[in-house]
Amino acid sequence: MAILIASAIGILVASGVYLLLRPRTFSVVVGLALLSYAVNLFLFAMGRVAAQQPPLISASATGYADPLPQALVLTAIVINLGMTALLLALAVRARVATGTDHVDCAGAHREQAQENTAS
Amino acid sequence: MNHMIALPILLPLLAGALLLLVPPNQVGLTRTIGFFSCAALVGIGLALFGVAASGRYVVYPLGNWPAPFGIVLVLDRLAAGMLLLTALIALAAYLYGLRGWDERGPHFGALFQFQMMGVNGAFLTGDIFNLFVFFEVLLIASYGLLLHGGGRERLSAGLHYVVLNLAGSALFLIGLGLLYSVTGTLNLADLQFRYASVSTADRALAEAASLLLLVVFCLKAATFPLSFWLPGAYGAAAAPVAALFAIMTKVGVYAILRVHLSTFGGEHPANDAWAVLLLPAALVTIALGTFGALAARNLRGLVSYFTVVSVGTLLVTVAIATSGSITAGLFYLVHSTFVTAALFLLVELIGEQRGDRYDALVPGPEVAQPTLLGMLFLIAAMAVAGLPPLSGFLAKANVLLATASAPAARWIWAVVLGGSALGLIALARAGSRLFWKTDRRPTATAPGGATFVRAFAVVLLLAPLVGLAAFAEFAWAQAAATADQIAHPARYRDAVLGAGYTGDAVRPLANPGGGR
Repeated sequence: MAILIASAIGILVASGVYLLLRPRTFSVVVGLALLSYAVNLFLFAMGRVAAQQPPLISASATGYADPLPQALVLTAIVINLGMTALLLALAVRARVATGTDHVDCAGAHREQAQENTAS
Repeated sequence: MNHMIALPILLPLLAGALLLLVPPNQVGLTRTIGFFSCAALVGIGLALFGVAASGRYVVYPLGNWPAPFGIVLVLDRLAAGMLLLTALIALAAYLYGLRGWDERGPHFGALFQFQMMGVNGAFLTGDIFNLFVFFEVLLIASYGLLLHGGGRERLSAGLHYVVLNLAGSALFLIGLGLLYSVTGTLNLADLQFRYASVSTADRALAEAASLLLLVVFCLKAATFPLSFWLPGAYGAAAAPVAALFAIMTKVGVYAILRVHLSTFGGEHPANDAWAVLLLPAALVTIALGTFGALAARNLRGLVSYFTVVSVGTLLVTVAIATSGSITAGLFYLVHSTFVTAALFLLVELIGEQRGDRYDALVPGPEVAQPTLLGMLFLIAAMAVAGLPPLSGFLAKANVLLATASAPAARWIWAVVLGGSALGLIALARAGSRLFWKTDRRPTATAPGGATFVRAFAVVLLLAPLVGLAAFAEFAWAQAAATADQIAHPARYRDAVLGAGYTGDAVRPLANPGGGR
């Protein structure tokens, strides 16, 4: 099970980093999403992988799953959701304002850039 | 009395939430709420500074859950000093923003308050995951503020800034996860205890976590090779936002002080892996920042690169990690934050009066108020270059003195002094181009000129530079006492966990599911 989780995290990180380095904003957004999934899995695994164990004190429990990483993952998921939404909105705004979805806005009109700098 | 510690977080949170409810046409009400919150934070900052000046640690367990189970807020000299600094910068930046900037986009006031909440929380928290959460709060607010005012340039710079920081957050979480897996705790005081006693088998993992966190903090602080985002982002931000952002790079430096030096630091912190890596990175940061300043085509770029230089200088003192160097570093931190913020505001005041040339370093129309703006620029430039009699000279001279006995002193002196000389050239060139090399066109009529309030905001930021020089002995004593607290992290641990703490209260859970 450990090797399965480890390789899943590895593949997610590798794909995420690759997409993050692509020139189009859409790939970057997807890359960041994959990266955050990998981070969530990683955090989860850091509480040790335990199946069928209660996270809270109970009389019949033979052992416990660590509840803290689960709480951390929950926080991370919430933050990631908000950030992905913001990034998407930003990417769309940039596409509309500049006429390109390149992350450096390459290929957009030069004059427009200078006009904005001056204002 | 104890509850007052939570106020620097709660007050901006409440004010920000309230500002979201105010209808957008009620500009006066918005400004009043925002201003009173900023002014109250200065008062609270002063009061907390007074409390911490007694050398006492005030620990505030949130929800009354005892450490290390619950999250604690901890007030010590470092936190109190940073809170006061933030409040002063924010007050001046907000005052400046009141004259126009707050109407150029929605929710300027609310975002400003949330930004303060995130920064204050990061300074106060005694829990490393909570530090991550407050980092996110301040970053999310800063995304909104950076984009404030709109425009193509801001969108492009904003996109880079957001993506970089999201990648940084992912690294932060990986570092935290690793740290938790080997120590079983997230409380800073408890971490201090457990990081030192991590088993040899897990040592490499703990070191890796520490260095991952260093990467994240260096990204926030804009240290080479993670400094290239700063000129673009700060250069694109609105003037009051850029001035507030002057504190943001210092949050990264604060985190390195708090986490790496106080929590992970060994017997001789300068020999730890993070410090060994940090010193050359800081020196290259100074060099690159200086070259950037020389090559800058506009004043915003110049000021942004001086921000990079100041971060590099600060991190040199952190990497040397002696009591003396930290004292000099803290003094320099206060000085450089004020002067950078003042310069970012000045850029706009000068730019507005030069018509279509704005802040480009080319001959342009004469500014309408050459005496006022020229004097303000002269004072700020002298301070940032480190010329006497302002605090810049004292700060830089003390950084040099404090690093004189370090093994790498030769390199540090060469880079810091060389950087200062080249920086002086860049500033002199910028000043003469802006004020003297006019192209004899009729004076551009500025919309309203530099109004009293906006000029006052700049003066408010420059006054502490004179104050730091005039009352240098007091400021130095405060910095030395703060450095002393940083150098004795055991006091922090005892204050949070109680003197007899042995770590038996929590243990990593016995693993029920078999191997890791």
